[in-house]
Amino acid sequence: MLRTGRFVSIMAVAGLLFLYIPILLMMVLSFNASRLVSVWGGFSLKWYGELFANDQLLGAAWLSVKVAAVSATLTVVLGTLAGYVLTRFGPFRGRAMMAGMVTAPLVMPEVITGLSLLLLFVAMEDFIGWPQGRSPTTIIIAHATFCMAYVTIIVQSRLAQMDGVLEEAAQDLGARPWRAFVDVTLPMLAPALVSGWLLAFTLSFDDLVIASFVSGPGSSTLPMVIFSKVRLGVSPDVNALATLLIGFVGACVFIYSWRVGRRARQRDA
Amino acid sequence: MSSAIETQPVGTAGGADAAPFVRIEGITKRFGAIVAVNRIDLDIQRSELFCLLGGSGSGKSTLLRMLAGFEQPSEGRILIDGQDMTGVPAYERPVNMMFQSYALFPHMSVSDNVAYGLRRGGVPRAEIRKRVADMLDMVKMGDYAQRRPHQLSGGQRQRVALARALVKQPKLLLLDEPLGALDKKLREETQFELMKIQAQLGTTFIVVTHDQDEAMTLASRMGVMRDGRLVQVGGPRDLYEFPADRYVAQFIGAVNLFDGVLIEDEPGHARMRCEEAGCVIHVGHGVTGTLGQTVHLAIRPEKINLAHDRPAQDENVTPGTIDEVAYLGNLSVYQVRLDTGRLIHVTLPNLDRHEGNVFEIGNRVYCSWGPASAVVLPA
Repeated sequence: MLRTGRFVSIMAVAGLLFLYIPILLMMVLSFNASRLVSVWGGFSLKWYGELFANDQLLGAAWLSVKVAAVSATLTVVLGTLAGYVLTRFGPFRGRAMMAGMVTAPLVMPEVITGLSLLLLFVAMEDFIGWPQGRSPTTIIIAHATFCMAYVTIIVQSRLAQMDGVLEEAAQDLGARPWRAFVDVTLPMLAPALVSGWLLAFTLSFDDLVIASFVSGPGSSTLPMVIFSKVRLGVSPDVNALATLLIGFVGACVFIYSWRVGRRARQRDA
Repeated sequence: MSSAIETQPVGTAGGADAAPFVRIEGITKRFGAIVAVNRIDLDIQRSELFCLLGGSGSGKSTLLRMLAGFEQPSEGRILIDGQDMTGVPAYERPVNMMFQSYALFPHMSVSDNVAYGLRRGGVPRAEIRKRVADMLDMVKMGDYAQRRPHQLSGGQRQRVALARALVKQPKLLLLDEPLGALDKKLREETQFELMKIQAQLGTTFIVVTHDQDEAMTLASRMGVMRDGRLVQVGGPRDLYEFPADRYVAQFIGAVNLFDGVLIEDEPGHARMRCEEAGCVIHVGHGVTGTLGQTVHLAIRPEKINLAHDRPAQDENVTPGTIDEVAYLGNLSVYQVRLDTGRLIHVTLPNLDRHEGNVFEIGNRVYCSWGPASAVVLPA
């Protein structure tokens, strides 16, 4: 018993080290005064200074945030509609095909998604004149299409757990179907929508492949800029940016789990 | 369907001339090839407490859902207070429903749950507050107005669900297994409370249940459903004493069923020779059948008497041996193995506190009953 316990804890520590040593290393190196990755040149904040002077990197980060936020929002709306139709509309004609096609992007290689979207945008521009060229708009549309699968699945599984009888109860009390959806279904879906939004945001924020296909000149997202910089050698200001991002994400996770924990305690009380 | 029994009273509650409050006309509901509800006609009077009783899959819940407007009938129509409900969606019907799972909105407080229907109906705020408070007081949940549903016990949730369904003062309240989720003791208390509230408000209630005791207690009139059809409609006593067929006889209460051959049939009485019972059975009502025909007989366990010595009668008496005894407190259930090999149930009240069971396992007994005890079933 003791031996198993020790084995499990050793494995757990090893696993966590494997996951987090690279990140820790990068965070440490962001405070490295030396330009060379392999040499520790003393503690310094100079790369943070350089980062805030680097308009290209900051602009790309800001663009990524905007693209991720808009496409995540679009994704949540579309994914909710798709998930609702798939769980609540019964066995309509073409349901199986729709379910399959909505989730297909999950298994589709990104290269193919990116290439096909690029072809679509070019063809659309020829025929209807929109979207004009490759821009943040095309990245947003592209990200929304591939993130929708994830949100649809999250919403669908949440709705499947939720009793449809609650919506019937609302209708029975005089709410029209749309009103019942807003009053009853949406509040109960909220946690799923929040996690779906965050997931879509993350997926969009760190997508490199699809964005590379559908972005145009002047609309490079953060992963694209970092990737192109690293090809010329690892630059420590990227480490600084990554450290800031990790700090931000860590803070968000901490606040979220603290709030969830507090709510759970309130419920028990 | 009851032409064979002249003595069976016709069960109507509101008088034959009163226009029915709810009229169900030739309702059929098909789900693909499955016929869930099969050509049901039923009239329900104003202020009645009507119970739909049936096993699972009998179509009772589907019928209720059609009344609420959640399902559209494949054929036939429903009229509520003279108004045709065809094509009227659930949210526009003067009907509210109490769901089996209660379906309370988990993200709203008790008072918000109860107020929801009034808010949707555009009732002024001050009036909403008053009506919600009154309704919560009526179901004795006034102290819990700010609680969330998950902070309540099952019985409390049931009361909130009832308050929510009643607060809009519906013309018709539908209750789907209203007491199904409560434990036995609470269920019995709640039954009487439900009846009291119904009498106080005068709202027409339609209750769906699979529990025959619940239906017998609550209902002013009840209908037994089986395989999508309404088998029999009547007061609790009609259904118990004059069941329309073997299914109803067995579904409501315990019963001993026999097959007999008709040997005498007069307007006032009839005689059957019954091999299983080992005697001639004499019933005090006429049977419209032909002599020599096989008929089904039902005798309730409490209508059979047991005696150590042979009673002075030639008919409706048969010897047997006590096979098993169950002491239930208020009464004892005896299983008697008749000399013909047939096992029957007899219940006797325990009148004497000191005596315990009057008969012991292995005792020789005579089972006997009067001419008004057995009933001949048409089917």
